[in-house]
Amino acid sequence: MKRAFPIFALLTAILLSYALYEALVAAPTEQTMGNVQRIFYYHVPSAWTAFLLFTINFVASVWYLIRRSPHADAVAVVTAEVGVVFCTVVLLTGPLWARPVWGIWWTWDVRLTSTLVLWLIYISYLMLRRFSTSGQTPVLAAAMAILGALDVPLVYFSIWIFRTQHPQPVIGGGGSIDPRMWHVLLINWAAFLCFAGLICWSRYRLEILQREVEEAQALETLEPRSSR
Amino acid sequence: MNFLYAAYTATWIIHITYLGILVQRYERLRSEIEELKKK
Repeated sequence: MKRAFPIFALLTAILLSYALYEALVAAPTEQTMGNVQRIFYYHVPSAWTAFLLFTINFVASVWYLIRRSPHADAVAVVTAEVGVVFCTVVLLTGPLWARPVWGIWWTWDVRLTSTLVLWLIYISYLMLRRFSTSGQTPVLAAAMAILGALDVPLVYFSIWIFRTQHPQPVIGGGGSIDPRMWHVLLINWAAFLCFAGLICWSRYRLEILQREVEEAQALETLEPRSSR
Repeated sequence: MNFLYAAYTATWIIHITYLGILVQRYERLRSEIEELKKK
């Protein structure tokens, strides 16, 4: 596994560079929006990646509540943290795209607001994990993650259910997309998925190591008492 | 074009900052492991 990591990292770097070239150079220029539409190749894959990570977080949290598996708990923490990073990208690239196209940075429509709420839910989740000292923290966090995950389908389907400022979805929304744009979108999503996988891998190793160190420190503080 | 470059730059600033935080955590953990080994 240790040998595979640098190879995977190198392949991800190559794929990200190729995806960047495709997004900025090879993809056709959209007729109405012009070059600013290329934000789409970062905004949409980041959103899909965040949704996927929050879904994994949901599955891992359910698994933790059923089996009390510490590995499932570690997967839940990791996917929530990396998911928040990708969701932050979505919330920053969205307004940077909206300003030149809609003329406003932000509007309180359902898609945008539910995405912001989703981000706040997982920020709260991470704060709970970081600052709570209760032994029940993983259980509370898992319950919170399950409730938080309910917002993921709301964010995704909000543009079908409500009239929003946000455009209709690319898949299944009745809209059409140039096949070359579709190709570039998928390359960028593949690149971001590999990148997310790489970060999750590192973060998971860090989480396991951190837990081992905490366990060793706890044992060390107990040792003098037990030797008395 | 400015908005496009701003969006791409912001994306990479966020990712690189997070990677930096991970590296810092690794370093802190490594020093904690060294301290534990000394004891």
